[in-house]
Amino acid sequence: MGIHRGHQARPVEWLAEKFIFFVSLSAILMVLLIFLFVAREALPVFFGQTNTALVQKPIPPDEMDKHSPAELQAYLELTPDEFAKTERKTLRALMDVKLEAQDDIPEDFRNDPDARINTTEWKYLLQSHQWNGYDKPEYIWQPVGQIKKFNIIPLFVGTLKVTLIGLLFAVPLAVGAAIYVSQLARPRLRETLKPAIELLSGIPSVVVGFFALIVMATVLQSLFHYQTRLNAFVAGLALGFAVIPVIFSIAEDALTSVPRTYTQAALALGASRWQTAWQIVLPAALPGVFAATVLGFGRAIGETMIVLMVCSASVMSWSIFDSARSITTTIAAEMAEAVNGGPHYRILFLLGALLFGATFVSNMIGDFVIHRFKQKLEGKR
Amino acid sequence: MKKIATILAATAFAASTLAGNITVKGSDTLVILAQKWAEVYMGQHPDVKIQVSGGGSGIGFAALQSQTTDLCDASRKAKPAEIANCLKAFAARPTEYKVALDGLSVYVNPENSLKELTMAQVGDIFTGKIKNWKEVGGPDAPITIYSRENSSGTYEFFKEHVLKGKDFAASAQTMPGTAAIVQAVLKDKNGIGYGGAAYGGGSKLLSIKKTDASPAIEPTEANVESGTYPIWRHLYVYVNPALDKGEVAAYLNWIRSDDGQKYVKDIGYYPLPKNLRSN
Repeated sequence: MGIHRGHQARPVEWLAEKFIFFVSLSAILMVLLIFLFVAREALPVFFGQTNTALVQKPIPPDEMDKHSPAELQAYLELTPDEFAKTERKTLRALMDVKLEAQDDIPEDFRNDPDARINTTEWKYLLQSHQWNGYDKPEYIWQPVGQIKKFNIIPLFVGTLKVTLIGLLFAVPLAVGAAIYVSQLARPRLRETLKPAIELLSGIPSVVVGFFALIVMATVLQSLFHYQTRLNAFVAGLALGFAVIPVIFSIAEDALTSVPRTYTQAALALGASRWQTAWQIVLPAALPGVFAATVLGFGRAIGETMIVLMVCSASVMSWSIFDSARSITTTIAAEMAEAVNGGPHYRILFLLGALLFGATFVSNMIGDFVIHRFKQKLEGKR
Repeated sequence: MKKIATILAATAFAASTLAGNITVKGSDTLVILAQKWAEVYMGQHPDVKIQVSGGGSGIGFAALQSQTTDLCDASRKAKPAEIANCLKAFAARPTEYKVALDGLSVYVNPENSLKELTMAQVGDIFTGKIKNWKEVGGPDAPITIYSRENSSGTYEFFKEHVLKGKDFAASAQTMPGTAAIVQAVLKDKNGIGYGGAAYGGGSKLLSIKKTDASPAIEPTEANVESGTYPIWRHLYVYVNPALDKGEVAAYLNWIRSDDGQKYVKDIGYYPLPKNLRSN
């Protein structure tokens, strides 16, 4: 399209073109569908339609007829469709279950001031709260138990903490390696180094996690003498190993694709190879290096297995030697046991949607910055 | 989504009505035992086919609701929400069968000089109230807590019965399995963890006192079976009552018979007391 063709497109070519077009369209459609699915499951939390208050006023099954169908439907947490389809006998059984659930509450919790709180309100999801038995307001993620605490802030802090440590470790190493391999290394060395570093990405993340859990954790603890053996620092470093090949391979491509004439001109003017690499080639390839970092960030924030294996305590702490729990870890570890359609299940989907949003926005910003960089370099602005 | 679920349910229903085809799904705690049972039973009854898979008690209940499994293994009792989901799906409560006992022990590093704790002390350590070993008569060192993922039935049981429903300390490291906890405790001389008594391999199992005054009880086989060791639980199998007949009922009966219970000990759990067995 748009290209002047020397001859009429043959039917097969036309078909192939359309086919490729639909394949690429389906990729976009897939992303959209996944987001819609995740968001749909999370919607009830978003609009405050879930209620996790432990003590709720039960309706005795015998008084079933005193209440309007709409009241009963809300009480039993049924959709209007389900309510219409359910037989009276089953409705009664459902009411019995509700009543038994209230009877099963241990005496200690019946009078707990927190037992009447709906913990899925935004207030409790985002702000600290002084729960009964704690001596100060705290951010707590304890989604299983009598009083379910769903504060998502420790998970965000944990995710950011581990991701940032990973990037701080991986970006300098990967970009440095890329500069060395593309600009300074002798051709023979380059031919061995490049595949060797890229081979790192072939290591399954579960193996990296395993290595970090057994070996790295012990070695690092004996070096730094911190108290918690499995912490965000170990997880971040292990994460770095998974991110290095991603950043390296894109940054290396970007550095190599800087026109040879730049290097030749700099060398002809008397710059050393080091000066050329640092002051001419790197700035010219900056958009590519930045893109590599953004992709590395996406890889790091989405990595599940390494963090799951190395550290997963939901502590609210910015210290790198404390443990951390990332969002992906939480979803992977807890989804299997969450009651289908229950508040815990919905909140895990909410976390998924938020994570999706966060990576989407970071990629958008990355794209925008790269675009601006390119324009600046090409002298358009 | 709904359509897919109905199709799945329909195929599962068709599969389960075939003579001698039983699917079992659920708790990871029970999966090895369930596989052992299936193996032995299939050896005795070549016409029966039993498929066992794990995933977690929650996964098992979800499959029970969608009728994609005949039996659901669970390391905890069904939650009211899960019973309600079953009522919505097939208008009946799932039938509960107790199938084995499991004793939970508290592990510490072999270098730790401590030998026993009371139930209250264990609770206070795991909620973070006691932070140093010297408060319970051990060495002067901070305690590192190793716990399970909150998706585990063991976690929930420990939280309800030992912590009396209070929250685990936020600093408690959650490990993906009991073996991982033992591994971590072996590597960390200030560590403490909990899990099935049979998994302890190499770590030190603490004796537990019910109250300050009562004697310290070791988590040995005899003590768990007699109920004197204070931390133990039942393991369950749930079934849709409509399917609890023919081959499925025969299999459930066999599991709880003396013959089936013989294999429980091999896996590291404890057989049901005589009065709960079917024959």
